[in-house]
Amino acid sequence: MTLLAVADDPSCYSRLVNDWICADYVADRRSEIVDATVQHLGITVVSVLVGLVIAFPLALLARRVPRLESAILAVTTGIYTVPSLALFPLLVPFTGLTATTVVIGLALYALTILVRSLLEGLRAVPDEVRESATGLGYGRGSLLMKVELPLAVPVVMAGLRVATVSTVALTTVGSLVAYGGLGNLIKDGVLTNFRAELFTASVLCVVLAVVLDVVLVLVQRVLTPWTRGARA
Amino acid sequence: MRVFADMWAYLSDGANWSGSDGIAALLGQQLLLTVTALLMAMVVGLPLALWLGHLGRGGFLAINISNVGRAIPTFALLGLLVVAPWPGTDGLGPYGRAGLATLIALTLFALPPIITNAYVAMREVPADVREAARGMGMTGAQRFWRVELPLGLPLVVSGLRLALVQVWATATIAALVAGPGLGQVITDGFFRSNYGKGIAGALVVAVVALVLELLAALVQRAADPTRRGAGSGPRNDALSVNPATVDEPAESVG
Repeated sequence: MTLLAVADDPSCYSRLVNDWICADYVADRRSEIVDATVQHLGITVVSVLVGLVIAFPLALLARRVPRLESAILAVTTGIYTVPSLALFPLLVPFTGLTATTVVIGLALYALTILVRSLLEGLRAVPDEVRESATGLGYGRGSLLMKVELPLAVPVVMAGLRVATVSTVALTTVGSLVAYGGLGNLIKDGVLTNFRAELFTASVLCVVLAVVLDVVLVLVQRVLTPWTRGARA
Repeated sequence: MRVFADMWAYLSDGANWSGSDGIAALLGQQLLLTVTALLMAMVVGLPLALWLGHLGRGGFLAINISNVGRAIPTFALLGLLVVAPWPGTDGLGPYGRAGLATLIALTLFALPPIITNAYVAMREVPADVREAARGMGMTGAQRFWRVELPLGLPLVVSGLRLALVQVWATATIAALVAGPGLGQVITDGFFRSNYGKGIAGALVVAVVALVLELLAALVQRAADPTRRGAGSGPRNDALSVNPATVDEPAESVG
């Protein structure tokens, strides 16, 4: 009784209460939560960008050399099959317990989705368009940059959205090597049976995925102004 | 590299494979988890999705369910279930500690690819085939069992294949909440700085994942009626992109 009396106004995150939702927890541990969110965001964005940078030449190569296409798709799909909790340890001998391990692992997963969507996007460009552009005197490079890639944007962006949203979710597993962003809080919450921390981090994860998805939709609208005109 | 030597030493020591917490037992446990979760998801998801696909209703829900599913980290979901008063960390027969929580999380995780693919499979049956079946006087049930389901089967199976591999991969994460499965070898190795052990566990999980993927690809091939008939040439390779379908991997491992 005396103990309870001393704790005049027990915070909702005290051991005695252990509430799921707790504004006091968020206020008191604000810097910790912000740090984890920033780390999560950073790992996600860098991973997807690295994936995109690698996927682009691979997709072009697969398109130029049809014989390589099935090999490239098979290898990237094969990587995707490897569970993340297994992939990170397999990378550790090369990269150590660093954020690099997580970024490489996640970039490899994003690669699978991005190579496929880049290939599909480029394939979806109608032949007439390609021929007209060639007839107008476009060379191979300018055809790709000025005609094919812009027309492939909707399909590529669809893949990018999938890759981004699933990377946000996957980043949590990086907590195995201590670089999981919000996943670190989730792990800590599970280990210490701390509901407010677990719940807050989980919700932030989903919110982060939704926010990034909305950002990508807006980017797509800016990149493809013609689709808006056609719909109206 | 030194860790690889450690890994090999761990894997080649028979003592690490036997016993109640040996690799063999954990492998069996994780396979049991995977199969149970997949069966539960099939029982819940397949009838619903096939029926909606047959009627042509609820498409928005069926398609978007996998987008929503992708955004929810399985690790977080599993953590919430384990810390909640129910199902908590209670053991469940052969599934071990946190068995029920793991099964629920994995089943929820398996649902999106199963539902989306089964729905799309039904909708992708060509309209003229549907109309021909109707014109021949087939009832709704006959059209479903004798026309739509056989034609849609390859895509339905492709959804199951995706779910199988993803559930296997995700089941590893159970160990992060001290749950069952091979993930225990990985997390135990890492938390005790025994990286050789952690990497040994990762290797076993990865190899089994690839084997499951290959087996599922064979089943998928066998389920394709156009491939069985008269050898009409390769229609689509197991790993090639089939733009008409949702064969792309959804969230794998989360």
